[in-house]
Amino acid sequence: MSSSVIPVPVGQTEARPWVDELHQWLTTVDHKRLGILYIVSALLFLMIGGVEALIIRVQLMHSHNNFVSPEVFNRMFTMHGTTMIFFVAMPVLFGFANYLVPLMIGARDMAFPRLNAFSFWLSFLGGLLLYFSFLGGSGLYGAGNAPDVGWWSYAPLGARAFSPGHSSDYWTLALLVSGFGSIGTAINIIATILCLRCPGMKLNRMPLLVWMNLVMAGMVLLAITPLSAAQIMLLIDRYLGGHFFDTQAGGSAVLWMHFFWIFGHPEVYILIIPCFAFMSEIIPVFSRKPIFGYPVMVAATVCIAFVSMSVWAHHMFTIGMNSYANSFFTLTTMAVGVPTGIKIFNWIGTMWGGRIQFKTAMLFSIGFLFQFLIAGLTGIMMAASPFDWQLSLSYFVVAHFHYVIVGGILFALFGAFYYWYPKMTGRMLSERLGKWHFWLFLIGFHLTFDVMHIPGILGMPRRIYTYEPGRGWDTLNLLITIGAFIQALAILVFVANLIISYFKGARAGNDPWDAWTLEWSISSPPPAYNFATVPTVASRRPLWDAKHPEDPDSRYE
Amino acid sequence: MSAVTNSFPNPTAAWDLPSRGKVAMACLIIAESAIFTIFVVAYLFYLGKSITGPTPAEVLETPIFYTICLLSSSLTIHLAAKSLARGIAFAFLGLWLLTIALGGLFLYGTALEWHRLIYNNGLTISTNLFGTTYYSLVGLHAFHVTAGLIMLAIVAVFGLAGRVEMKQSGRIEVLAMYWHFVDAVWVVVFTVVYVLGR
Repeated sequence: MSSSVIPVPVGQTEARPWVDELHQWLTTVDHKRLGILYIVSALLFLMIGGVEALIIRVQLMHSHNNFVSPEVFNRMFTMHGTTMIFFVAMPVLFGFANYLVPLMIGARDMAFPRLNAFSFWLSFLGGLLLYFSFLGGSGLYGAGNAPDVGWWSYAPLGARAFSPGHSSDYWTLALLVSGFGSIGTAINIIATILCLRCPGMKLNRMPLLVWMNLVMAGMVLLAITPLSAAQIMLLIDRYLGGHFFDTQAGGSAVLWMHFFWIFGHPEVYILIIPCFAFMSEIIPVFSRKPIFGYPVMVAATVCIAFVSMSVWAHHMFTIGMNSYANSFFTLTTMAVGVPTGIKIFNWIGTMWGGRIQFKTAMLFSIGFLFQFLIAGLTGIMMAASPFDWQLSLSYFVVAHFHYVIVGGILFALFGAFYYWYPKMTGRMLSERLGKWHFWLFLIGFHLTFDVMHIPGILGMPRRIYTYEPGRGWDTLNLLITIGAFIQALAILVFVANLIISYFKGARAGNDPWDAWTLEWSISSPPPAYNFATVPTVASRRPLWDAKHPEDPDSRYE
Repeated sequence: MSAVTNSFPNPTAAWDLPSRGKVAMACLIIAESAIFTIFVVAYLFYLGKSITGPTPAEVLETPIFYTICLLSSSLTIHLAAKSLARGIAFAFLGLWLLTIALGGLFLYGTALEWHRLIYNNGLTISTNLFGTTYYSLVGLHAFHVTAGLIMLAIVAVFGLAGRVEMKQSGRIEVLAMYWHFVDAVWVVVFTVVYVLGR
């Protein structure tokens, strides 16, 4: 590596006082540091959101439980949902995009480093604002503190009359502020990918991770903005006496639902497409084969992005739309399954005949494939509107989307952590703790979310505070709660692994997985300037070309 | 690893990528368009749904003069950017100041209209659904005009100080893109509020 690292004068490598170090982290505009800040802040919120989930599960452990009051229970499920979507999933994915996209396209930073820092701090302040509601949200006496009207704050629940005090204001402002941060990051990602690629990195040679983050960022531009617009309207209603969602003055509660879900459904794909991106990098490397069907993968991603913009009202089948609308949204929703199926086919095609290495990252990827498939199948079930009329707002729906978010997104993310942690820190994560993490989490996940489908089919509605005994829900709910605690234990193993390996893990070297994309050509962790000389690429797997000059990919593409 | 690093193929000769400023501004415009779309949809959805008056037909007057002002400012900023690209700093500054004047005139027109609606017709944002949607949509646009004018004014200050030169013309074009967007949105808002909405 000596040739591509600029030697650092000895004086600069000495340990600085921690205040200096902190100052550097707080004022950084380096995409790698900001990426890590995104990821660490998301992990902190993951802990908080996880504790809220456990409180919900303890409350529902058996019938007539009163572990928390109904008011606290409402706050817990509202804060759990809002936190996990806006302050865990989005920041952690933006963090990986921030860290990896410039490295993979051979750039020295994002297109707008200061905008990048600004976007991160906006998102983070949004999270702080949301949690400040616990302290500052009391407003009127007895009007509650944290937001408690559900993560979608259906009208007119968010109006002044039904949410007195300031709890809904904190919710609205937190989402508005972090939404602006997301838009800034999305603009930055697109500008970086389109304008900063190294010579030779044509669009059809970009790693799939970069392609999929490009599509994700494009979706953020079109999907987060309707939410911001709706939040502005809600603020006008709450502060200026507007009537957008005020049914007393002719306003429409259904319009809020439309605006929310025009954001809400594409949001699911904004979260899952970067996870597809992780899979498309990890599965080929651990199968020792190039990705199967690269152009089709890109086309399927773009196709998902387009179709997912026109499926939102499948969240609203029960509000009484006409049969044409119901049929349209049933059809579009089922149509999303086609490009998604193509992707799963291609990942399996990549593994087929490969020399598969069952490292922890690969285990999580294989878990992702199976669980995401099942999550998709229950999604297809509920895309049929008559079926949805039966199960909407039941625990079946809760089980379905947790299967997507935990079984899909979180598993893919854990895979990404095991795969790129060596690049970010220079140390390997422990495989032994990793296996413990994987198996514990797998068992806990299936115990919780497989079982959760059943009380849903038996008629248990979501968001209920407690339930009567003798409906056949008790044992199932107990099992679900036990599963939740097993998952929490697995997360503790994961966090322990992150911390222990940071200090004691084996040295990673530049390229521990014998991988093929540009980030592995430089030291771990990479120097601040990334590439001493900007690389030039001739194929989709530049490092393969470099390691096998006798048989480069560029000969076949 | 040094062997690996060195064995990257030689740089290709031509490698042109788009300007990051223009790409970013195009993205911002896409995002802003989505926000305006939601407000336009809300305006159209609530047309005629107000329970009490006044209605758009009773109180709105078409602001033709001020619309002409705003739309011609698109032309002047385009010519200003062209002049700068050709290095004619004097023409640039004159056209730039004219753009600011036209934009300012448009805002003055909006202010006059709002004053009339509030004090003569008694229409505020909380009067009825028409008031809520009208002030939000027109106000959102006026907010963007204001933001644009502030940015134009900053450039004008630098221009008057003699600091805007040909090498900045790329950045001036990015700002001009934003201003064109603000004008284009007004065409939509004008059509929806003053033509279709009455």
